[in-house]
Amino acid sequence: MTGRIQPPVSGPSFGANPSFADLLRDSRPEIAGAPRSIASTDVPVPHGTTVLGLKYADGVIMAGDRRATSGYTVADAKMRKVFAADDYSAIAIAGAAGQAIEMVKLFQLELEHYEKITGDRLSLEGKANRLAQMIRSNFPLAMQGLVVVPLFGGFDHATGEGRIFYYDATGGRWEEDDYQTTGSGGQPAKNSLKKRWHLGLTRSEALRVAVEALVDAAEDDVATGGPDPNRRIFPNALAVTVSGAEDVPEDEIAAAVAAVLEERA
Amino acid sequence: MSFMPYVSPDQMMKDRSEYAHKGIARGRSVIGMEYADGLLFVAENPSSTLHKISEIYDRIAFAGVGKYSEFEDLRIAGIRHADLRGYSYGREDVKARDLANAYSQSLSTIFTQQMKPYEVEILVGEVDGDVSGTTLYHVLFDGSVTDEHGFIAIGGHAEDLTEALKQQYEEGWDLATAVKTGVTALGAPDQRQIEASDVEAGVLDRTRAHRRKFRRLDDTEVSAILAG
Repeated sequence: MTGRIQPPVSGPSFGANPSFADLLRDSRPEIAGAPRSIASTDVPVPHGTTVLGLKYADGVIMAGDRRATSGYTVADAKMRKVFAADDYSAIAIAGAAGQAIEMVKLFQLELEHYEKITGDRLSLEGKANRLAQMIRSNFPLAMQGLVVVPLFGGFDHATGEGRIFYYDATGGRWEEDDYQTTGSGGQPAKNSLKKRWHLGLTRSEALRVAVEALVDAAEDDVATGGPDPNRRIFPNALAVTVSGAEDVPEDEIAAAVAAVLEERA
Repeated sequence: MSFMPYVSPDQMMKDRSEYAHKGIARGRSVIGMEYADGLLFVAENPSSTLHKISEIYDRIAFAGVGKYSEFEDLRIAGIRHADLRGYSYGREDVKARDLANAYSQSLSTIFTQQMKPYEVEILVGEVDGDVSGTTLYHVLFDGSVTDEHGFIAIGGHAEDLTEALKQQYEEGWDLATAVKTGVTALGAPDQRQIEASDVEAGVLDRTRAHRRKFRRLDDTEVSAILAG
């Protein structure tokens, strides 16, 4: 790293580039680039499994189970897969864990950097597009098995509502009307949501529906970890509303888990 | 091959310094002040979008006076420097001292090697932990750095403002007192009252629950403080 700021500091291009990812690639290519020639079959790589996002009355809730697997091994029982991307959006990740966590970190920095350089927050649409480009740049690694497929949700101040986007490994981006899931347990979770979700859910109902979908995913998919009240391992959830993105407290999730498990006992 | 007429280094530095001073003296001022919860920056700025005061990193803020394009350049360079540092190492490893040194090196190089020096003065402030963790650096157009305590005024009327503030400043002021005194001081050299809408203010508030401690005071908040 250069110890000082080189004049002219704004570079040869017109205007200041507000992208942190571009800055990193230009100034520190050695740490920006991931290894180009590894396959997930060469080395055991932990994978994160089921995450989901759903709309409710005040905005969106993003939730995920806690398990990371490497082959048939549970690599991590308490992995966190749902993160605030900035003050008004959240990202939930499934796929190759190392790649995914790095992508989240870079995406968070990308949004913060933009905000500081320009003095404006990116629109939700802009954030969703930027994430698509970042996934696309990971495509060579996705071809080798290191797939990252996130869900992105946030509160759109322009339209006054929560919005959810999902992605495929090529950077394809779709907006979802109601709810979406991704990861190995995504299908059973989606089936569960299909039955339980309805328009205008309250926060506690939405949490309950989300937890139930994750419990269903854990029943049908070995790579998804179900809630474990004995060890106090509960799903993570984030709620994004007009007042911002905030972690749902563990007690609230524990209550939703207890209600779902009791109904099934 | 062209020949430059001989100019003694003494004369050259003197001319450049005079040039930069003149440029800075034409512009408005910024005050940086320690208050009970951290650091306050306050300036007279009729524009609500072209800022003199801004956030650099979690606990670090920046204020500049002089030529807008030049301190804006420095501000952006500072954000890039800080974000790269924070990404390569850890967020807590980004320090105001490191940034002030980088600014100093850069401005010093520009001062001695470029056709014209930057007509800017900047402040780099940081809050950390408790009151003892507050630092405020003042970097001049030629790269000289000073570590300030209590308060500092930079820009057009720096000396008058410093004189005015020296009479009144007390440690541990709350935010409202600090803002009121700052705004009064800014108008003092020309004996006028500055409108709330022409005040730009930002704080590094160490009590803020957010990881990012910088917060801009909007017009409503400033007018409420000035009216109170």
